[in-house]
Amino acid sequence: MFRIPCPYCGLRNASEFRHVGELRTRPDPQSATPAQWRDYLYGQRNVADWSVESWYHTFGCRRFVSVERHTVTNEARPVAEAPSAGQTAPGSASADSGAPDADSTS
Amino acid sequence: MNARPHRRRSTGAPPDSARLAPQPGEVIDRNRSLPFRWNGERYVGYDGDTIASALAAAGVRVFSRSFKYHRPRGILTASYLDPGCTVQVDDEPNVRAGARSLVAGMDVRAQNAWPSLQFDVKAANGLVAPLLTAGFYYKTFIKPQRLWPAYEKVLAQFASGGRVSEDTVPGYYDKRYAHVDVLVAGAGPAGMAAALAAAEKGARVMLVEDEVETGGSLRWGGAGERATLHELRAALAAAPVEVLVDSVVAGRYDGNWISVVQRGLPRVEERLVKVRAGVLVAAPGLIERPYVFAGNDLPGTMLGTAVRRLVNLYAVRPGHRAVVLTANPEGDAVVEDLRRAEVDVACVLDARKGEDVRRALGRGGLTAVEVADGRRIDCDLLVTSVGWTAPTSLLNMAGDRPWYDASAARLRPSDDLPDTVLAAGGIVGDGTVQELVAHGRAVGAAAAARAGFGTAAAPAPLPVRPHPALFRSSTHGLVDFSEDVSSKDIIDAAREGYDSSELVKRYTTATMGPAQGKLETVNTVAVLAEATGRSIEELGTTVWRPPYAPVRLGALAGRKFEPVRVSPLQPWHQAHDARPLVAGQWIRPDHYGDPAAEVRRVRERVGVIDVTPLGKLDLRGPDVPKLLNAVYVNKWSKLDVGSVRYGVMCAEDGVIMDDGVTGRLGPDHYLMTTTSTGAAAVWEHLESLLQTEHAEWQVHVTPLTTAYASINVAGPRSRDLMSRLVEGLDLSAKAFPYMRVRTATVAGVADCVVWRIGFTGELSFEVHVPASYGLHVWEALLASGGDLGVGPFGVEAQRILRLEKGHLIVAQDTDGLTRAYDAGLEGLVKLDKADFVGRPELVWQQQRGATARLVGLQPVDGSLVPAEASQVVRDGQQIIGRVTSSRMSPTLGRSVCLALITVDAAKAGSLVTILLDDGRPIEATVLAEPVHVDPEGRRLRV
Repeated sequence: MFRIPCPYCGLRNASEFRHVGELRTRPDPQSATPAQWRDYLYGQRNVADWSVESWYHTFGCRRFVSVERHTVTNEARPVAEAPSAGQTAPGSASADSGAPDADSTS
Repeated sequence: MNARPHRRRSTGAPPDSARLAPQPGEVIDRNRSLPFRWNGERYVGYDGDTIASALAAAGVRVFSRSFKYHRPRGILTASYLDPGCTVQVDDEPNVRAGARSLVAGMDVRAQNAWPSLQFDVKAANGLVAPLLTAGFYYKTFIKPQRLWPAYEKVLAQFASGGRVSEDTVPGYYDKRYAHVDVLVAGAGPAGMAAALAAAEKGARVMLVEDEVETGGSLRWGGAGERATLHELRAALAAAPVEVLVDSVVAGRYDGNWISVVQRGLPRVEERLVKVRAGVLVAAPGLIERPYVFAGNDLPGTMLGTAVRRLVNLYAVRPGHRAVVLTANPEGDAVVEDLRRAEVDVACVLDARKGEDVRRALGRGGLTAVEVADGRRIDCDLLVTSVGWTAPTSLLNMAGDRPWYDASAARLRPSDDLPDTVLAAGGIVGDGTVQELVAHGRAVGAAAAARAGFGTAAAPAPLPVRPHPALFRSSTHGLVDFSEDVSSKDIIDAAREGYDSSELVKRYTTATMGPAQGKLETVNTVAVLAEATGRSIEELGTTVWRPPYAPVRLGALAGRKFEPVRVSPLQPWHQAHDARPLVAGQWIRPDHYGDPAAEVRRVRERVGVIDVTPLGKLDLRGPDVPKLLNAVYVNKWSKLDVGSVRYGVMCAEDGVIMDDGVTGRLGPDHYLMTTTSTGAAAVWEHLESLLQTEHAEWQVHVTPLTTAYASINVAGPRSRDLMSRLVEGLDLSAKAFPYMRVRTATVAGVADCVVWRIGFTGELSFEVHVPASYGLHVWEALLASGGDLGVGPFGVEAQRILRLEKGHLIVAQDTDGLTRAYDAGLEGLVKLDKADFVGRPELVWQQQRGATARLVGLQPVDGSLVPAEASQVVRDGQQIIGRVTSSRMSPTLGRSVCLALITVDAAKAGSLVTILLDDGRPIEATVLAEPVHVDPEGRRLRV
């Protein structure tokens, strides 16, 4: 089970959270076209990459938190520390990085 | 079938026919005899024995019948994986006799044998084996399809495992969380050394061992191994390492979340330990691989490690006259063990010199071996030590993909692992005991360093020694012993086109049995390689997935922790014979014996109902009206203090999400009610808006659902009843009209919230009492209204009452597609509001027009009550909707329904057809309003 950095509670098991979905902006309800609204409701980017998501800390502080998660490795990191979305960070805050670093055996 | 295995008559304790003189490393306690039964007869083993070793010591050779051909099976590995040693113990089926410790009084029985182990009718399957080839299920029993139930019945007989008793009391299963810096899986020489080294660095260490003792292969080794074992055990006992034996690391998941199943605990069947480990060290060692040749499953044919376990741990002589096929030093050591065990070693075949066996001979048990050069050697024991399988499962779960090292003739882990996972010991390479210990220490230190304890050099990899590649002899034999899959089956499957590892696995079921590939994966791929002319490297292996070893469902489920919610009035309900209704987590009174009488009481006199589960959210702050305007489809800006309004919430897709009333208690203070089931979701919905879209709004939400006991007092005499208990509040229609809210003292309880609302359609007052006084107020209401005819009513009566009145229930009369206009709420939706949740969808729905409509239906024959969810049809077959609610109305003496039907059929006065459960069509009239009783609403406004 992967862990999510909650800005209020620290690193917690993902099972404490409800996955709300990809973080998205609500279109202007006055000017949105049906296509735009439908995309807001149902369109998912579904990238195999870093994705900015909203999670609700149901069994914790009950705050909606924004987290950047890599959808392939399930690494999760606070949005604030992340570079712009969709871009892989050179060094990660997570302990479970799949990327090799200085003290790996290789 | 007529070759009877050795069996002892039950004349007290059977003689210890195969038990040897005390061995230096034995784990049995000869002072503690344990009586048990085997197929009904009395046997005796020693404390420390496994079921299999105790039976082997008593001379038993046949332990089970095989899965498909019902061939007799004996000991192959003498370990957890032993495919022939699965037995029934008391009520428990599928017990691994090679690993389960013997307990006094066990009733052990052979599985899969009928009528007896010695005479098995189903062994006739062996004669029809050509019909039971690979994929026979897919081919043989397909046609005619109508006969499948008959086939299935017969096949189920043949495929039986153990028996599950219906009287078995479910055991107690436990869970535990653990947080460690280093988790070491496997307590062989490398694993023990790794745990010690990591602990020396200061790391919190857990060491998990599948067998009942630490030591791994050291346990059945010679004097040198035993000396090292004692040293390591002594050091471990003194070190701060938590050691779990008889426990298995079942899986590794994201973030080094590791599941450990702990067995052998007192009064606990199994415990699931959920470990979050900084670093995982996988040190599972190696598993000895069987050899494929004709007769390789005959009782008496076993692996070298099985012999070493039997002789050294349990002092059991595995046979009288042996032939040994060896390809490695461990196999050579078997010969020494056999000589010490007074077994006549008739022949040692050295595979490194090209010597080989051709086939094992015998019926019901081994009697001779035919060697590759044509010699025939009489013997009752054939031992093979021809190679190893690296159980890379845990590493695969961490992302590793094993690769085939042809020079070592085994799969090896790649280095494609996250920093948090390391491998140690035999799975990495070969070495002497000292080399394995040194390697384990280096890996343990590195693991501690990665977990933040000190620094350590990267551990040097262990060398891998060359090993001859031996998979199959010149004859065909079993590849998968659990599933009865032979090398011939695999070659046939390849010929039929199932020529990849994954396809062969699924088609033949090889590697899909209880051993899950640990014994048979490599042989399967090797035979497939032979059949397809490709190499093992090219074919690759199938993926190992969790769990590493079979886990009982009880261990995963654990104890049942399901919260049950009851109102503070529950003791009264129970004392008054309330029939319980389970509504989500809540247990509520459905009725108190006669729901129809309860309905009449409310319509004619006065009733009280416990509505505590009703969701209640306290809203405070200057921006509450903005929040209400955002979540409800109707307008909220001009709600006076003391007023109440009904509201409907839609989601952003316009679908009705919840409904309820909200009252304004003070200038900046509102109380919102939600449906009982929607309470949690609405709270989250409000929080979502306040935390994300409108963080600037000043609103504080407090859930008060269980802080108040809620009682609805309904009926024409409710005002009379309330006036006897309420202080400081004028209850007259003029001072306290419909849809108003007040705070008052009720039955001496201050700060109650009193609402004039009415789900039932009658004059009614809803009282929210601070929870701890709820029972007092409820009893006071019943005690002071005897002359008024007061009595309790339950959820069923309330559902009838509200259906008569035509009040919808969200998620019963609406579904996941019902938008506001479908439910006939056009009067409520205020599209002139600039924005609210779901507005764009409702704008478009209003423009296009609704497609469905919630209507009242009146069956022409009022004695018929169509079941809820009955279809409404047109022209006899076209479905145009369904009945969402239906009851017999005690008030009207006829059936009443709500239905969701297509708009074009919803014209008032038109007839529609409802299909009853039995398919009979009945006619029903569409009503102008979905209201059956008091459409003008006079009764609730008095």
